Amino acid sequence: MPRQFTPKVVTANALLEGDVVYLTKHGDWTRRHEEADLIEDQATADIRLLEAQALAHEVVGPYLADARTGPKGPEPVHFREAFRTRGPSNYAHGKQEV
Amino acid sequence: MYAYTDFDRDFLSERNAQFRAQVERRIDGSLTEYEFKPLRLMNGLYLQLHAYMLRVAIPYGTLNAAQMRQLAKIADRWDKGYGHFTTRQNIQYNWPELRDVPDMLDALGEVGMHAIQTSGNTIRNVTADHFAGAAAEEVADPRPIAELIRQWSTDHPEFQFLGRKFKIAVTGSDQDRAVTAAHDIGLRLVEREGQLGATVLVGGGLGRTPMIGKILNDFVALPDLLPYLEATVAVYNLLGRRDNKYKARIKITVHENGIDEIRRRVNAEFATRKAAFNGADMDMLKRIEADFAAPTFAAGQGAFPTHYQHDPVFRSFVDTNTVAHRHPDYTILTVSTKAHGATPGDATSHQMRVLADLAEQYAHNELRISHEQNVILPHLPKRHLRAVHAALAEVGLATANVGLISDIIACPGMDYCALATARSIPVAQEIAERFDALKLEHEVGPLKIKISGCINACGHHHVGHIGILGLDRAGVENYQITLGGDGGPDAVIGERAGPGFAYDDVTDAIERVVRAYLDLRTSPAETFLDTYRRLGAAPFKAALYPEEAKANAA
Ligand code: HEM
Ligand code: SF4
Repeated sequence: MPRQFTPKVVTANALLEGDVVYLTKHGDWTRRHEEADLIEDQATADIRLLEAQALAHEVVGPYLADARTGPKGPEPVHFREAFRTRGPSNYAHGKQEV
Repeated sequence: MYAYTDFDRDFLSERNAQFRAQVERRIDGSLTEYEFKPLRLMNGLYLQLHAYMLRVAIPYGTLNAAQMRQLAKIADRWDKGYGHFTTRQNIQYNWPELRDVPDMLDALGEVGMHAIQTSGNTIRNVTADHFAGAAAEEVADPRPIAELIRQWSTDHPEFQFLGRKFKIAVTGSDQDRAVTAAHDIGLRLVEREGQLGATVLVGGGLGRTPMIGKILNDFVALPDLLPYLEATVAVYNLLGRRDNKYKARIKITVHENGIDEIRRRVNAEFATRKAAFNGADMDMLKRIEADFAAPTFAAGQGAFPTHYQHDPVFRSFVDTNTVAHRHPDYTILTVSTKAHGATPGDATSHQMRVLADLAEQYAHNELRISHEQNVILPHLPKRHLRAVHAALAEVGLATANVGLISDIIACPGMDYCALATARSIPVAQEIAERFDALKLEHEVGPLKIKISGCINACGHHHVGHIGILGLDRAGVENYQITLGGDGGPDAVIGERAGPGFAYDDVTDAIERVVRAYLDLRTSPAETFLDTYRRLGAAPFKAALYPEEAKANAA
């Protein structure tokens, strides 16, 4: 039996800065997880990942990460992805830096 | 220190120019990431969790003030004003942008530094005892040998595509501060009948399958050393497994073939390789040795004895952070990057500059980076110690905790590393702060805690007296504790204590183990490791898992 699909976002790192980015509905990249396109089925996930891989001049290493609906938009499920939305815990660097 | 020749400089600038062109072609789209990745890794450029990461080699941990200042300048100009010193005597920059990396490499090249072979399946940065050339008990300075190995291994055509990364460490002291037994090849310089040579260990390593190195040859005379090493790496290159990257390290080759078979093959290979060396390497070694000539040591201690006697803060700093130098009026000072609550191994650019100034002004222009992620002034006249202490205190570098519980090695873990399964840094910070608050660490005495954020063991947790390994258990951080490990001359892999602990429970668990030790030791002279060896794991496990201990007693 096929495994049940859990919702996903497409994520990667920006080619120039290395920043964590997410694929939006419109096929561009955002740095905000809430603005990511939450994908609800396997077929769409496969297509969107291929689409992201074709944007290799903008990003590095796209992959699918589990996500769920939150009050402001998609939010990460696993703690690794939660850290990626913020930046490191020892300094206010990365996305937490204003 | 080794001084770059014109050949070295040309080699670096050509190599950097090549990489600059490769970066441009990646950015303009003519190289795919698939094509570019091996090229960037050849130049020490990783992509981590939140950014790129540039790993710069500090050969055998030695650098001078100009080099340290350049590391600071790079941190300010192209990173976020700090750098991270690692267990492999490298410095890592956590936030470079792709476009800037060629400029960073050029800036390194200006002071004879680079990032070549800091990644990839090659012979990596050769590490050595951080007290080399200074320690009172040393047999010989390991750095000329390390430099010879570096020159031989850099861009060695036969060894650019080994089955896996290959790490060599050299010590010239029987105290083994280079953890030689946990390296693919460990060299221990020894003297036999007036002749210098090395005991060669092979097949040590941490990571997924931790192993202690075995003695391949108990004495290889210096003129035979390079051909012997070449024979060893060549045997591994041919015999080592390539079907499974987790089985590709030489430790597995040694384990699967047996040390006797490896020795037989190495000897056969050595017999043919020896001829090719012709003694040219020994001429080279002579020249290198001249570069490492010790400074002229000046006699006298000035007011040091008085200050030592009357200033308790200074005395504690001296007692904890210095060790005997080969000259009685000198000392070796370890500057701790582990102020309580700080990130182990991090130094700000300002701190780096202060360290550079102190080295230049007082300490013969030499600095070292230790595998314990600290910075060392190896040749510090005692008469300058107080001035150095005062200057360090101003920039938060005067913590008297070297070798104590808060002098923790921690890998970057999931705060930076793409391979991590849990965080390391905040765990280290919390443990250090806890024992500072309890004011217990000086009473506890020598105790090494080492933390890794995944099984790759970059934080050396297997050889920590207390090791902590961060794992992912069903989507939450979980920490496994090992006990009784040791990275010294009689290295031991620690034993797993039992089930792991949740993130919020690790510090309490460590406190219970340490309190158990304080109750169990026969006297303050008995260290944690001594007590563990005397009593075994049982009483420590009982402290870690009090509920189970109660159930068993019932
Ligand atoms: C952040 C980027 C890093 C990556 C991607 C990385 C990757 C790895 C990997 C894959 C291994 C296991 C290799 C094997 O067993 O074949 C390893 C081992 C090791 N790394 Fe790292 N590492 C990183 C950072 C560090 C740092 C910061 C240190 C020092 C603090 C370090 C020092 C070591 C050491 C000492 C080992 C174990 C020794 C051995 O190879 O047996 N690494 N690393
Ligand atoms: S031990 Fe794991 S988490 Fe830590 S630096 Fe090494 S690879 Fe990264």
